Amino acid sequence: MTSSPLPAIDTDALVDVCKRIRRHIVEMTHAAQSGHPGGSLSATEIFAALYFGGVVRHDPSNPQWVQRDRVILSKGHATPVVYATLAEAGYFSTELIPSFRSLGTELQGHVVRNKPAGVEMSGGALGMGLSFAVGVALGHNLDDLPEDEGHVFVVVGDGELNEGQNWEAIMSASHFGLHRITAIVDRNHFQNDGPGDEIMRIDPVGDKWAAFGWSVQHVDGHDVEAVRDALLTARACTDAPQVVICETVKGRGVSFMAENPAGWHGKGPSDEQLAQALREIDGGLT
Amino acid sequence: MSSNGWAAIPEPPPAATREAYGPALVKLAEAGHDIVALDADLSASTGGNKLAASFPERWFTVGAAEQNMISIAAGLASTGKTVYAASFAVFMPGHCFDQIRVQIAQQRMNVKLIASHGGISVGEDGASAQAIEDLALMTSLPGMNVVVPSDAVEADWAIRRAAEDDEPWYIRLGRPKLPIIHLGVDEPRFELGRAEVIYLEDHVTLIACGLMVEPTMRAAESLAQEGIGARVLNMATIKPLDEAEVIRAAEETGAIVCAEEHNVIGGLGAAVARTLALHCPVPMEQVGINDTFGQSGPWQALLNEYGLTSESVVEAAKRAIARK
Repeated sequence: MTSSPLPAIDTDALVDVCKRIRRHIVEMTHAAQSGHPGGSLSATEIFAALYFGGVVRHDPSNPQWVQRDRVILSKGHATPVVYATLAEAGYFSTELIPSFRSLGTELQGHVVRNKPAGVEMSGGALGMGLSFAVGVALGHNLDDLPEDEGHVFVVVGDGELNEGQNWEAIMSASHFGLHRITAIVDRNHFQNDGPGDEIMRIDPVGDKWAAFGWSVQHVDGHDVEAVRDALLTARACTDAPQVVICETVKGRGVSFMAENPAGWHGKGPSDEQLAQALREIDGGLT
Repeated sequence: MSSNGWAAIPEPPPAATREAYGPALVKLAEAGHDIVALDADLSASTGGNKLAASFPERWFTVGAAEQNMISIAAGLASTGKTVYAASFAVFMPGHCFDQIRVQIAQQRMNVKLIASHGGISVGEDGASAQAIEDLALMTSLPGMNVVVPSDAVEADWAIRRAAEDDEPWYIRLGRPKLPIIHLGVDEPRFELGRAEVIYLEDHVTLIACGLMVEPTMRAAESLAQEGIGARVLNMATIKPLDEAEVIRAAEETGAIVCAEEHNVIGGLGAAVARTLALHCPVPMEQVGINDTFGQSGPWQALLNEYGLTSESVVEAAKRAIARK
C-alpha cells in the first residue's frame, strides 16, 4: 500500500497547532489530576514541527505503513504532547483525550506501543528509545529501504541523558553507520529533582554527541519554524546520525509552570490554574 | 523398571547445551527464517559467531552493552524480524532486566533471549559469573516463555522451536559438557509447556530441568534398585509450567522432588510448589542452591559442594516418601 507524507502547513498554522496541543496538554493533565505537563509543554513545538511541518512521512489512516517514518518518545512520561499531537493529526478522536490515565483507556500514563495507533514504542523507563531506534534502522537497512524512507526520530529529554544506555546507543548508531536516525533533545534544563546543572551536568552536551560521531544542530526549541527547518535538514542528511538540540523551557506557555518547572514535572493543574493556563495559551507565547 | 522407550544412560560424546546455539541459528537461516542474531562481545562463548561466519549480514555485535542489545533487539523485532539475542545469564537478564521487562515482555516482541553459562556450573569464574536467580527474574514477567534444556539435543530443538512463533522466549543454556540423554531421538520431544515423561512410575515423582535431568535419571535407577519406583519428568519449560502433568504426578505418586541448578527460591521448585499448593498439596522436597551464592571451583566439585547430585535427589525422594 502506498501512502505519502501529510502536506506541510505554513508557519501561522503551525503556531495555531501549537496552541491546540498546549490546550490538550493542560486539559488532559487537569482531567487526570496527574501526568507530566512541564516536559510536554517544552516539547510542543518539536511535535508540531514533526507532524505538521512536513517533516515526518506518515499516514494516520495507515499507521502500519511499512515505509513510514517512526517517531519514538524516549522520555516516555511526556505522553500528553504525544496524544495531543496524534489526535490533532487524525490518529484518534480528540474526544478520547479526557480519558487520559483513566481505567481502561488507551491513553496510558506512559507510552504503550500501538496504544493508540501511532505510538511506536513502549516507554517510561528512561534511556531506551535511542537503542530501539538503532534496532529499527538496522531492520530497515536489512530490508533495503531507501535512505529517504523509514527515518527514525527519537525525542529524548536532557535529564534522560543521565542514563548510560543512551550513550551506548549513541556510540552504536555511528558505529553501525546509521544515517536515518535523528535524535531530538528537549533541552529544558530541568529534571525531576530540579535543575539539570545541579542534579547531573550534561554540558557540553552538543560536543558530547559530536565526539560520538553525530552531526549536531542547536535551535530555539520554541521557534517552530526554526525547529521545522532543522528537522528537515537533519532528515535530508545521509552522512551521519543527526541530533537537533532544542533549547526549551519546561512548562513553556503557562507562566506558573515555566516559573516553577520542578514543581510541574508530574502533576495536573487545579480548576483555577487550568482557566489561567488556557487564557495564557490562547494569548500565545510571549 | 518400565523405561518408556529409554535406554540405559548412554555414553555419547558429551556436549554443552550452549554448543547447540550457533548451529541452530545457521539451520534457521538456511531454512529461510528471517532471523537476526545479536551478541554483546561474547559471541565465541555463546556460539553466535557461527551465524556471523555464514550469514554475516544477519549478525551484529553491540560490544559489551547488554542494555543496548536488548532495546536494539526490540527495535529490530518491530520491523518484522525474528531476533535472537545472546549473552551470559548473569548479564542477561542481570544487566538488562528493565529493558527485557519494558521492551521485550510488555511489548510482546518476537525476541528470543539465549542465556548461556547459566547456573553455578560456570565453575572457576566464581559467584559474580554464576546465575542462580535468572529463572526467578524471567518467570516473573507476564508472557515470557522460560526454557531450560537438559542436553544439547533438546537445546537445538528448543532454539529452533522458538523461531516458529512470535513470542518472547528465555532459553537458559550451560557451559559444561553433559551427557546426551536424547541420543538418537529423531523426532523432537521438546514441546513448549509440556513435560517430557522419562520414567512412568508411581512411588514418587522427580521433576528436573537442565543439567539436573541426567543425575535425576540416575537417581531413579538407584531408587529402583531399592524397590522404589520413581517417575521422572524433564520439565524443560519452567513457564508456562505443565501444570496438568504436575497435578497428575501428585495424584498418582503422592510425593514430589524438584531438582534444579538455581536458587530454591523462584525457579522450577517454586513454580511446582505453587501448582501443588493450589491444586493438589502433597509432600515436596527440593534439590537446588539453598539461597546462597556460589564460588570458584571445577563445575563438578561445585555441584557436589552445593548438593546438586544424584545422591541428593535419592535422599530427597526418600524424605518426600516418608512424609506421605
